[in-house]
Amino acid sequence: MKLNIALILVLFGVLTLLMEIGILNNFHRGLLVLVCINVILAVSLNLSAGFLGQLVLGHAAFMAVGAYTSAILSSRLGISGLGGFVFVLLAGGFAAALAGIVIGVPALRLRGDYVAIVTLGFGLIVQSILLNLGITGGADGLLGIPRLANFNVAFFTMVIVVGMLVALVRSRHGRAMIAIREDEIAAEASGVPTTWYKILGFTIAAFFAGIAGGLFAHRMSVLVPETFSFVYSIELLVIVVLGGMGSFTGAVVAAVVLTLLPELLREFGDFRMLTYSVLLVAMMIFRPKGLMGSYEFSIMQIVSKIKKKG
Amino acid sequence: MEMFVMQLINGLSIGSIYALVALGYTMVYGIVKLINFAHGDVIMVGAYIIFLLVMYTGMHFVPAVLIAMAGCALLGVLMEKIAYKPLRNASRLSALITAIGVSLFLQNLFMTIFSPAPRPFPTIGLQGSVRIFGNATVSNLAIVTIVVSLVMMGLLQIFVKMTKMGKAMRAVSEDAGAASLMGINVNTTIAITFAVGSALAAVGSFLFASTFPQVQPFMGLDMGLKAFVAAVLGGIGVIPGAMLGGLLLGIIEVMTRAFIPGGTQWSDAVVFSLLIIILLLKPSGLMGKSVGEKV
Repeated sequence: MKLNIALILVLFGVLTLLMEIGILNNFHRGLLVLVCINVILAVSLNLSAGFLGQLVLGHAAFMAVGAYTSAILSSRLGISGLGGFVFVLLAGGFAAALAGIVIGVPALRLRGDYVAIVTLGFGLIVQSILLNLGITGGADGLLGIPRLANFNVAFFTMVIVVGMLVALVRSRHGRAMIAIREDEIAAEASGVPTTWYKILGFTIAAFFAGIAGGLFAHRMSVLVPETFSFVYSIELLVIVVLGGMGSFTGAVVAAVVLTLLPELLREFGDFRMLTYSVLLVAMMIFRPKGLMGSYEFSIMQIVSKIKKKG
Repeated sequence: MEMFVMQLINGLSIGSIYALVALGYTMVYGIVKLINFAHGDVIMVGAYIIFLLVMYTGMHFVPAVLIAMAGCALLGVLMEKIAYKPLRNASRLSALITAIGVSLFLQNLFMTIFSPAPRPFPTIGLQGSVRIFGNATVSNLAIVTIVVSLVMMGLLQIFVKMTKMGKAMRAVSEDAGAASLMGINVNTTIAITFAVGSALAAVGSFLFASTFPQVQPFMGLDMGLKAFVAAVLGGIGVIPGAMLGGLLLGIIEVMTRAFIPGGTQWSDAVVFSLLIIILLLKPSGLMGKSVGEKV
């Protein structure tokens, strides 16, 4: 544990040093914040899709709930310090979790496929609410959100979120969730309260998506509803599927690579979704467990991997 | 009163398109237990086929629609053979993700070929309207839409109830293993189901693109989702349920737009909230029967 914390601090130190001496410029710095946000989204989606086995197609909508809630709070209350920022982030997370409960309770009592449709429908409802409600600024967007999310905050939020999710999955509750993914009927027969755990996992995933949304809002300082469309939800799903359903390592690596790749290869941008769609089908047919499967590297190897990529 | 009747007929017209598309979802779900996300995009492909044939070869609508039906049927079969068949025994999650992949592929392929810009769909010469009573008028197009849809649904019922292939389809959806022991070719039956559902979607695409006269690569997403809600509303897997669900959904949508202040902006939210309410109250749908899970 001490070793893990030390390695994370070393990674953080190296990245900060690179920024200080100017090897990583402002553009890179912004990109790194985006990487941290996408990692949070990917690992939280991995909890519901990978470990719980529920296909969630509206993860970006939970992010939107968190983003708008925290953004409206911080601009109305005039939040500036770190303490206030943490407060609005948590508020956004709880709002998203609340939405998760409202959506999850009807959807998760049923068999898997309905979750996909209900979360997809939820995404469209959220878009339509964001476009039509006065307080969200409609199609013009929500402007003037204080830029509170710098690299340091995003990085440590990411570390805390990943740490909490890893701890959760390794606990008794995590094992119950994996049992549900493997065989829901058998899990129920063994005394696992399946509906309870499905709603719990789903709500926790929504909570962290809300936190990521809050970071995103306070990084961009402008929010428009189109950002949180179905396409974003699918991109997150591609990250999880590609990395490995049920592997946090896979989700983190895939999130880093798939966030950086389109930015670095601009020409690739036009064919991004076409490539993703072919990848999704090919992955399901040839390697349904994802590139990593459920394999987790030790933290030592993750660090060396990210260093190589960074 | 006149307003109400006019809107009711508009709702029936939209609803019968939803019903045609919902049939494809419900038939496929009934037989392979898969939500075919790409079904909405089959509509888009059908609309593009008709658009291209009519605009660039000057073909009449009737043969163009027939060719689109054949094209969509072929697309449905190909989709099943390439993407879904290898996963028939895989987990449901994998099959669903594949279906989303196929849907995204079709959307983005057409976007790359035809650009995302919407194109005007040619009008079919039914611009007039008929007066039914008082000042209530109904457009010819709405009447044609309702009649064509009803005819197609009738033909489908005859196909499913009276023909040997229809019987095979019902048998496979009941129990694929037992059906194959009785000498039914399960693979052929599944392929035919995809073909029939997709051909109906092609008719739906023609009616849809005539009612909202444009085609664009993402038109199937919204339409497909609503048709799916219709299928769930009626009870997924039940063919008459899809028809009832489609008609009801169309009426609800049109009525929301017409009679609730600001309803136009909120009609999508109403449709999907309806889905969530159905799932809370009667998850098996209006005409579905709830079946306990067996090991």
